[in-house]
Amino acid sequence: MKLLYFAWVRQKTGVGEEEFALPAGVRDVTALIEALRKRGAGYADAFGNVSRLRCAVNQQHVDFAARLGADDEVAFFPPVTGG
Amino acid sequence: MTAIRVQAEDFDPAAELAVLTASGGKSGALASFVGLVRADGGLTAMTIEHYPGMTEREIEIHAAEACERWPLLDLRVVHRIGMLTPGERIVFVGASAAHREAAFRAVEFLIDYLKTRAPFWKQEERAGQKTWVDAKETDEKAVSRWR
Repeated sequence: MKLLYFAWVRQKTGVGEEEFALPAGVRDVTALIEALRKRGAGYADAFGNVSRLRCAVNQQHVDFAARLGADDEVAFFPPVTGG
Repeated sequence: MTAIRVQAEDFDPAAELAVLTASGGKSGALASFVGLVRADGGLTAMTIEHYPGMTEREIEIHAAEACERWPLLDLRVVHRIGMLTPGERIVFVGASAAHREAAFRAVEFLIDYLKTRAPFWKQEERAGQKTWVDAKETDEKAVSRWR
């Protein structure tokens, strides 16, 4: 799958975009966040407080119960502040 | 008919309004909103990041919804990205309709949704310190009136 990070989530992980193999048993956004947290200090920090995180799957806003597929584009970012 | 642009360059509100005015005589009302960078608390720069693809898609979804809710003749949205300084234009939302109520409501609706759903993030710079802007509860309140 393709993972995208924006704003301070991108700064904490240190990358804006990466390919990631959906681990066996990971079926929803909550489980993906759990898996990402284990990837190092930057990820643990970025995904530490999920109340400050928002997620989009295939460019649509979703909640953390959203189901994931191996080819999905998943983005993590803070609440939006445009306009 | 709906035009949506996300761009680094500045835009000319008069040029946007001129396009909305050219309705072949059908339009009786134009309403528009222009958002600017405020020099709040010593702000020296604002950098806007976005999610290419999803941004346009989110704006398109809400522009289409505005067209369903109100009888609009035309709709234009321009949102800037990149580094901006105080006084610079950030966003333009303009609507054309036969009567003013549809035009006013559509512009308010779109800017409320832009602020709370379109994937843009602002980073402010003051005295060399950069901070990401937190989402405002008042913006969530503003958008909740359309549900």
